[in-house]
Amino acid sequence: MMSAFQKKLLIILVVLAVISPIGIYLPAAFNAEDAWGEWSTETVEKLVGFVPEKMKSVAELWKAPIADYNLGDEQSSFTVQALSYILSGAIGIVLCILLLFGLSKLLVKKSE
Amino acid sequence: MHIPDGYLSPQTYIPLYAAFAGFLAVALKKIRQTLSAKNIPYLGMASAFSFLIMMFNVPIPGGTTGHAVGASIVALVLGPWTAVAAVSVALIIQAFLFGDGGITAIGANCFNMAVVMPFVSIVVFKLVRGRASGGWRVYLGSFLAGYIGLVVAAIVTAVEFGIQPLIASANGKALYAPYPLSVAVPAMAIEHLVLFGIVEGLVTLLVLMYFLRNDPDNVYALKEVK
Repeated sequence: MMSAFQKKLLIILVVLAVISPIGIYLPAAFNAEDAWGEWSTETVEKLVGFVPEKMKSVAELWKAPIADYNLGDEQSSFTVQALSYILSGAIGIVLCILLLFGLSKLLVKKSE
Repeated sequence: MHIPDGYLSPQTYIPLYAAFAGFLAVALKKIRQTLSAKNIPYLGMASAFSFLIMMFNVPIPGGTTGHAVGASIVALVLGPWTAVAAVSVALIIQAFLFGDGGITAIGANCFNMAVVMPFVSIVVFKLVRGRASGGWRVYLGSFLAGYIGLVVAAIVTAVEFGIQPLIASANGKALYAPYPLSVAVPAMAIEHLVLFGIVEGLVTLLVLMYFLRNDPDNVYALKEVK
């Protein structure tokens, strides 16, 4: 079972998910662009004048279900983007905890 | 620092997948040997913390964005091998579900942020801390563990980007990531040195102080006194 301190940490994680839209608000407020090296192929074309030959096909390999932590798109209102972001954080918490818990159970069982 | 699909050539991402798989295999073995039942809840929470802290994008006004990774504090509290597993799970979820980092680049991203970063962090912390069990050496050590850990991970990532035009070009044009080392390395090093590394350092320092106040006996980096 979880100790009182561990429960407190879990609450902190939930709070982090709730305030996570700060992470999309600040870049917009300060006119900051993508992270270096994480551009779309369209942006790469603008930056260097061409789309590298193999880049496009590999970039389209995988279609993420909640791309960019956003259920809408870049044109969606801040509210939609912020709620998507919070939901993504919540999904992240649940999946990380479930996967690591499963993994630990598997490892601990094996050693017995 | 999440390399997308299409930026790395197979001759880069395949060896990095192999390297990451090797480290992960050792990590699982180490976790099996050392994990105690009361610490199991920490693993998932460490992974979730890393997942969440990466969502807090920090802007360089008018420039790029970046973020902390959380791998340094996980390495200090739970040990570098546990950090390998916890941070890589967060990165794999980000790639598949949220398209943050490519599928072909999972090995590379996990190698950079879930292997290089925790081990650099723990080495830096040990060097600065020396034999101190508290005080400024521990605090400075934790800040620098985060700061240097993230900067080194960023430089390793930049090298992976920067070698692409060298090893994967046709008719003088890059097939994958287009910028050479001379552009990629300074760009990524500087932004992490001036801002994102400081954020990682502060996160590492603050969370370590919080642990030292609440569960000091469980902090990995202060347990092993040699």
